[in-house]
Amino acid sequence: MAKQLSGVDVVLVGFGWTGAIYAEKLTDAGLDVLALERGPWRDTTKDFATTFAQDELRYYWRHGMFQEAAQSTVTFRNNSAQTALPMRSWGSFLPGNGVGGSGVHWNGQTYRFLPSDFVAKSHNEERYGPLPEGMTIQDYGVTYEELEPHFDYFEKICGICGKAGNLNGNIVAGGNPFEGPRSDEYPNPPMEMTFSQDRFEAAARNVGLNPFPVPSANMSRAYVNPLGLQLAPCTYCGFCEKHGCGNYSKSSPQTTIIPALMKRPNFALRTDSEVLSIEKSADGSRTTGVTYVDTSGESFFQPADIVVLCAYPLENTRLMLLSQIGEPYDPRSGEGVVGKNYCYQVMSGATVFFDKEYTNGFVGAGALGMAVDDYNGDNFDHSGLGFIGGGYIACYTTNARPIESHPVPDGVPGWGSEWKQAVQANFLKTASVGVHGASMAHRSNYLDLDPTYTDRHGRPLLRMTFDFTLNDRRLSAHLTPVAEEIARGMGGREVVVGERKGSYDSVPYQTTHNTGGTIMGTDPQTSVCNRYCQSWDLPNLFVAGAGLFPQNAGYNPTDTVGALAYWSVDAIISKYLSQPGPLVQA
Amino acid sequence: MRGFALISAISCMASVTATAPAAQELSSSQVERGRYLTIAGDCEACHTDIENDGLPFAGGRALGTPFGTIYSPNLTPDDATGLGRWTREDFHNALNEGIDDEGQHLYPAMPYPYYTLMSRDETDAIFAYLQSLEPVHAEDPENDLPFPLNIRMSVAGWKLLFFEDETFVPDPDRSEDWNRGRFLVDGPLHCGGCHSGKNLLGASKEDEYLRGGLLENWFAPNIRAGAGGGIAHWETDDIVEFLKHGRAKHTAPMQRMGEVVSISTQHLREEDLRAVATYLKSLEDEIPEVEDAPEAARLETGAGIYFDNCAACHAADQSGVPYFFAPLSTSNKVHAEDPSSAIRIILGGARAQPTDTIPSMLAMPPFSWKLSDAQIADLLTYLRGTGDRRAGPISASQVAEMRDYLAEEEH
Repeated sequence: MAKQLSGVDVVLVGFGWTGAIYAEKLTDAGLDVLALERGPWRDTTKDFATTFAQDELRYYWRHGMFQEAAQSTVTFRNNSAQTALPMRSWGSFLPGNGVGGSGVHWNGQTYRFLPSDFVAKSHNEERYGPLPEGMTIQDYGVTYEELEPHFDYFEKICGICGKAGNLNGNIVAGGNPFEGPRSDEYPNPPMEMTFSQDRFEAAARNVGLNPFPVPSANMSRAYVNPLGLQLAPCTYCGFCEKHGCGNYSKSSPQTTIIPALMKRPNFALRTDSEVLSIEKSADGSRTTGVTYVDTSGESFFQPADIVVLCAYPLENTRLMLLSQIGEPYDPRSGEGVVGKNYCYQVMSGATVFFDKEYTNGFVGAGALGMAVDDYNGDNFDHSGLGFIGGGYIACYTTNARPIESHPVPDGVPGWGSEWKQAVQANFLKTASVGVHGASMAHRSNYLDLDPTYTDRHGRPLLRMTFDFTLNDRRLSAHLTPVAEEIARGMGGREVVVGERKGSYDSVPYQTTHNTGGTIMGTDPQTSVCNRYCQSWDLPNLFVAGAGLFPQNAGYNPTDTVGALAYWSVDAIISKYLSQPGPLVQA
Repeated sequence: MRGFALISAISCMASVTATAPAAQELSSSQVERGRYLTIAGDCEACHTDIENDGLPFAGGRALGTPFGTIYSPNLTPDDATGLGRWTREDFHNALNEGIDDEGQHLYPAMPYPYYTLMSRDETDAIFAYLQSLEPVHAEDPENDLPFPLNIRMSVAGWKLLFFEDETFVPDPDRSEDWNRGRFLVDGPLHCGGCHSGKNLLGASKEDEYLRGGLLENWFAPNIRAGAGGGIAHWETDDIVEFLKHGRAKHTAPMQRMGEVVSISTQHLREEDLRAVATYLKSLEDEIPEVEDAPEAARLETGAGIYFDNCAACHAADQSGVPYFFAPLSTSNKVHAEDPSSAIRIILGGARAQPTDTIPSMLAMPPFSWKLSDAQIADLLTYLRGTGDRRAGPISASQVAEMRDYLAEEEH
């Protein structure tokens, strides 16, 4: 029997980026907010101190920052004819855990989605005619123009370093000419580029493309954000992804929001508290709060007037399924919504090996890069190509962390003295060009509850059914040669192309951009949430995160996740509080 | 004599700020004035058991002195355990003369040698504020002092030697700002309580006035800001920023000073902080003699240790990141004659104080597990031997001593 606790205005399930955003805005509006975080407290000073933050064994190899697969994981299969098996060790993606969530161990690549990405269905149908059979993409229900002030604010909270390419409709040299109109320049200038980016920029210009500096959450200079929180200049140590930043140089909930929040008397955080289910009123019309369990195994019922799901997308979907909120998606009929439109990212690339020049990849940062957007979204004509969407192509120097990163040319054995010699010869002389491809939703890719495997509380695991679609393969086949062409123009000795071929493999790391499952939209028949990220079924339940994306664009998700959270919390404060109920009439 | 005389023979002169103690009703403006002075006096810091989440002003905090442990009394208006039965007269006597309501001498851990500069009006205001608080019933533990210090009469002798009941007299040749600053520094803010050197009996030494002092094994640095002073390179704005926001180009408040900024100075009016800065900027000092150059081999070893462990934040040329990571080439902790704070920060780390305007939680991590005594000694010898100011080499045994002290403190 769960112990009954006294009620709060708002309970947040999970305390990463979106939890911190909702908490900051809602406490500022005077509400009592409680965040429940499954994992431990973590802060820069104690947990990512520079004296040990660069420990690859602990953080890369032993997954020190991530959800423990032994406690909870997902089961995976490529298609519904297969039997899904649990991922007992993470591979293709790395779900976060603990305060700050994935916002602690991200790289910091902070792109806005394109205006057309938010209206993917209507835009593409208008331009290219009916979508192919089985493609279930849809519009967000919110537009880029509506989100713009929230993108702007999130970027100021993070102190993003970049160069605007479109200021209020005017194209600005040096930035991304394809981006949606920005109301303001980035708060900080771009990072210092290295040899590889300079070569990429020249090569991209040579083939008529428009390179621009990647918008970065690694700081190009010291910065104080609107909450008075400080970020330090990045030292380019290259320990961003999978690591916490010990130098306060990467925007994270810890560096940009949490210290201001923790001082507020109307905010409380309970760590090591895992939410088991979202509870509903007897008539099923509202959520009444959540049930959670602490590490001693004791369970509690936490009543709340509003519940916001701020966990990782996979966990948000699972919680809704476990709590029987909304109609679970059925791939046979195409009916139902929860678990629908699970999408990923289609990654490929090319590695350049130089002979004489040193690229010195150890001088790196998670978002240190130059990119081109000429082949992203609908920035190019797709007529006759047989696919929609695209991706950016970028040359990052994220790191040369020695255990993880030691690319060798083709034809080198995987171990032994020849391999060692090749690593030694090439370690300081490689550059990479990557394609960050969009993933369009398909009827056969989805999330549901596994019929066999359970977690340590006996609850079913989430089951992921996913494979690359025809659209994904054609997209990748079209963009990878462009990346190769740029790579070949960078002046190296040889180029090794990494194509995306065959079925999706959950083992090699690709990216932690899992999207969908709790998608937003304009119609309760085809989406879980309305345009304000409010559940169609329970008006006092809101959902945050990339699970809202009806399909994934050719970008990293964090900027859009942040903007959607600010957009949603703004609607709660300005619309919902005065008149609690559905913000959109179904 | 160059040192400023804290205790000057002016106690018999009339103060311009003091007025006759008239019977006043508690007025909200008096309570508000008292609240401000209470903040300026940082009373809450010692009179709250911060380590054990005690209630504000309810006392019970263990204060380590070189002579033993003193527990701060309860200042809330509780009849049995606090100031509930005190009169304004009693309270004035406590602040002005160091005598409690029963005529007992107060230990000078209570900074009445500074508070004595406050007028009767001002002590009445503080009393009015304290009486407006919610009473808290809280017995304080017995002080843990050895004989003969546990006999309060022993304080009488101390006071005879080191204490004079004074009132503040402005210097007509100085600006109003300067006089206000001196009043604040020597009165309610009691800066000399930590930043002035103490004699063996724990009294401030006149010729050590604001030249730095050792307290609980922290060295509170030289804060003279005039030519030759420990913070001569700090501009008036730097001092104001440090006290108001807890961040300045040169360093951030840490540990006990962090408490002072958090509880006291960040809440003070900017013109008062400016007055403090104006006064400190007027205090000149002699630049200490340049010590003999340390051995070249130690400098080289220290430079290597610095580059590997410190340069990522403090920059290869020691210039740091202003407002963030302290520039070390000009640090008054690194180049202090007494290296205690520098050794201690390297061993145990230190946390920059978050404030209302800059809530960031910044800290330097501890290096005690990573660097040996000899390595830390070489590192500090390098820093002290190469900065804008020079200071003498550090020995491994100095580091070892601090390491032992910190290990003991943990128990």
